[in-house]
Amino acid sequence: MPAGFTIQELESWNERIAALVEKFGLDPYPQEFEICDHEQMLAYMVYSGMPSHYPHWSYGKNFEKLKTLYDYGVSGLPYEMVINSNPSIAYLMRDNSLLLQVLTIAHVYGHNDFFKNNFTFKSTRAQYTIETFKAHANRIRHYIEDPSIGLEKVEAILDAAHALSLQCRRNLAIRKPSQEEDVERRLAESAPAPDPFHSIHRRQDYIAPDLNRVPLYPEEDLLLFIRDHNPLFSDWEKDILTIVHEEAQYFIPQIETKIMNEGWASFWHKRILDSLELPQGMQLEFVVRHNQVLSPARGSINPYHLGMKVWEDIEGRWDKPALDEKRDTGAKPKTGREKIFEVREVERDASFLRRYLTEELIRELNLFEYQSRGGDQVVARVADDDNWRAIKETLIKNVGTGTIPVIKIEDADFNKNRVLFLRHYHDGRDLQLEYAEKTLRYLHRLWSREVVLETEVNGKQSLLCFVDDKLTIKPVH
Amino acid sequence: MSTVFRSYDSSSGQRSDRCAGDRQRHREKVHEAIRQNIADIISEESIIGKDRDRIIKVPIRGVKEYRFVYGDNAPGVGQGGPDTQPGQVIGKGEQGGDGQQAGDRPGVDYYETDVALDELIDMMFEDLELPYLERKHLRQMEVEQLYRRKGYRKKGIRIRLDKRRTAVSRVKRKKAVQRADAFALRPQRFPFHKDDLVYRHTVTQIRRESNAIVVCIMDTSGSMDTMKKYLARSFFFLLYRFVCTKYQNVEIVFVAHHTEATEVTEDEFFHKGEAGGTFISSGYRKALEIIEQRYHPSLWNVYVFHCSDGDNFESDNTAALQAAKELAAVSNLFGYGEIKPLGSGYYGSSMIQFFSQLAAENFQTVQIQRKEDIWPAFKGFLSRERARDDAA
Repeated sequence: MPAGFTIQELESWNERIAALVEKFGLDPYPQEFEICDHEQMLAYMVYSGMPSHYPHWSYGKNFEKLKTLYDYGVSGLPYEMVINSNPSIAYLMRDNSLLLQVLTIAHVYGHNDFFKNNFTFKSTRAQYTIETFKAHANRIRHYIEDPSIGLEKVEAILDAAHALSLQCRRNLAIRKPSQEEDVERRLAESAPAPDPFHSIHRRQDYIAPDLNRVPLYPEEDLLLFIRDHNPLFSDWEKDILTIVHEEAQYFIPQIETKIMNEGWASFWHKRILDSLELPQGMQLEFVVRHNQVLSPARGSINPYHLGMKVWEDIEGRWDKPALDEKRDTGAKPKTGREKIFEVREVERDASFLRRYLTEELIRELNLFEYQSRGGDQVVARVADDDNWRAIKETLIKNVGTGTIPVIKIEDADFNKNRVLFLRHYHDGRDLQLEYAEKTLRYLHRLWSREVVLETEVNGKQSLLCFVDDKLTIKPVH
Repeated sequence: MSTVFRSYDSSSGQRSDRCAGDRQRHREKVHEAIRQNIADIISEESIIGKDRDRIIKVPIRGVKEYRFVYGDNAPGVGQGGPDTQPGQVIGKGEQGGDGQQAGDRPGVDYYETDVALDELIDMMFEDLELPYLERKHLRQMEVEQLYRRKGYRKKGIRIRLDKRRTAVSRVKRKKAVQRADAFALRPQRFPFHKDDLVYRHTVTQIRRESNAIVVCIMDTSGSMDTMKKYLARSFFFLLYRFVCTKYQNVEIVFVAHHTEATEVTEDEFFHKGEAGGTFISSGYRKALEIIEQRYHPSLWNVYVFHCSDGDNFESDNTAALQAAKELAAVSNLFGYGEIKPLGSGYYGSSMIQFFSQLAAENFQTVQIQRKEDIWPAFKGFLSRERARDDAA
């Protein structure tokens, strides 16, 4: 091994780190580390760390991009790449120094613990991750090699499916009701409310619900809905939609907990390395590296920095509640450590920031809100008395799946013409129209009939109708 | 909790290139994208030069992956310093999200790719249905006629009589007669017979060459600004490239004119501004003169293109038309491109209408307003030549 360390060294450091992990009360999956070179690392990054993944040109594109950036020294490679699976797999780059490996190992245990314990990851079936991705890859390769299908057709479906894959349910801890349950709910809703004065009131008319409407309730899982309701699909097409949907669902928890997760791992690598009693040279390197990773990014948000700040703040506040906090809430029964372990289990980024990002912290971090004006990004609000709440709201909208517009299927038989009608739940942010047009084109390809999206464009309620290969925008009257 | 370390296995090298197939496919997509946007690319200034072996970097809009994303009016949050004030500008709107996380803002997904200029030109002319053009014979010229000896004949004109061979054949015949008839009376004389005569045979050989000359004429009067020159340059570039694909030997001549015309170097042609009025006829006369002296139409295929903003002196119009007629007569293809960038207004007259009187079938006028017009205009221009080819 050319690098300045041996496997034996890593193992002995790991032993000490693992002991600390246990002492601190972290509870990770079994861990596997694989040493790889930088090309392999790039490939793992491109395929989300999966040892096996189905092929698609977008991964090739991503690889070229990363490699160019890396070759020109614009960006380095991440020190660590860890995947949510049981056992968890992480990659260590062999060109890194021993200290970086130690730092990475400690950091990885933080992620691993988070994967295992945070509620959002419960739906990901970590014990089957590798096998699932492998099976997906095999199926898609099989379709590509099938002479009656071939690359072109598979790619056309994959392109379209990728465009829509994140239009799916966001909170996977909530069970999706079955069709029967939806029917029951619809019936129950249409029953008249119990009236305590029924003897003197006229009985309300019963309006029978339209149970033939598809879908009964607005549907968020676009790919699944299309899969189940486009009668023209053959089995392999349905299967590809399923695969893309499942992979997107696997990554939703990671999108939803980026700040918490990175913050948590950074919080723990700091504490672990501080307790390791590193030799002086390594200690200095650690300080440098740690500060590189954790430095606040001016003009944007560094999830490592923000996350770690909030975690430290929670621990500090619960350990030493300020006097007025004590008076207001009574003595807190939990210590700081207990509190953060509870939080890492039950929150995700949006709720985490909503509950624990305090006004003081917003001021300390100098958070500001920016808006685009005439092609420039302009600071709109800074953290002062009037504006910190608004900044916090904006931040919450911009974390996790908040960056993905909420679009639901409202009617699959719009105008009784098998037109797919979707609604964008507008929250003040308009859709980017060029992207919307191209995405609707994909949607149209999958649905193979006209698609209509209702959204707000420049303050006007509008219908984006995609039919005959072009988009028309009509105002809603 | 258990931990496993797997050491680096250099033999797993092939795994490190697991996305070679995806990269290949992506590159194909990129090339497809280049082909589709060829008109945009060729109007980029960076490729308008003549170095044929150059590898050029073509900025192309990457093959985008579209999703539903928020547009411009979505605010964001960043971290600043204590000095951050409302109203401060922190960056450009199109920052181009890092693309790592899905649901990012759309970035302008530009990146560069290396394409050899040749490859790009091939792609360009693929778009022109070049196979159709290639089926046409090159219009060749008989540059030289020379006579070469090729064997001997029994018949011929006196001047080509080969005396030595004739003598030899007479000797041969004489010996043959003696052997056949040894006791025959030996005649005193054994004269030449008609069969003895041997003539040198010659063939006429024509060496064909395909030469072409591209004459670029441009109005460099005060009214031609940088943008107009740039548009003109793009067009000349295309024409030159096109002619190069068809002829073995292509030369290019630049004629700049205002009220007088001079032959200039390429650099001067595109970069030197002049002032003054415009006599289009002066440019045409100069071109005719050059063609007459150095590139005679019997030896050269002549392609003439003139770019102007159409702002000619009224008094010169008749002379210009006459010169244009003469030019059309000597050239394979003669074009007049009028460059009127949008918004320049119609302050000047348009020569296009005036030139419509010129009935030569190899004459074509095109109008260019924006750089997007160049490619369609060029295609239209060439369609004239195709028509002539078909007639030929």
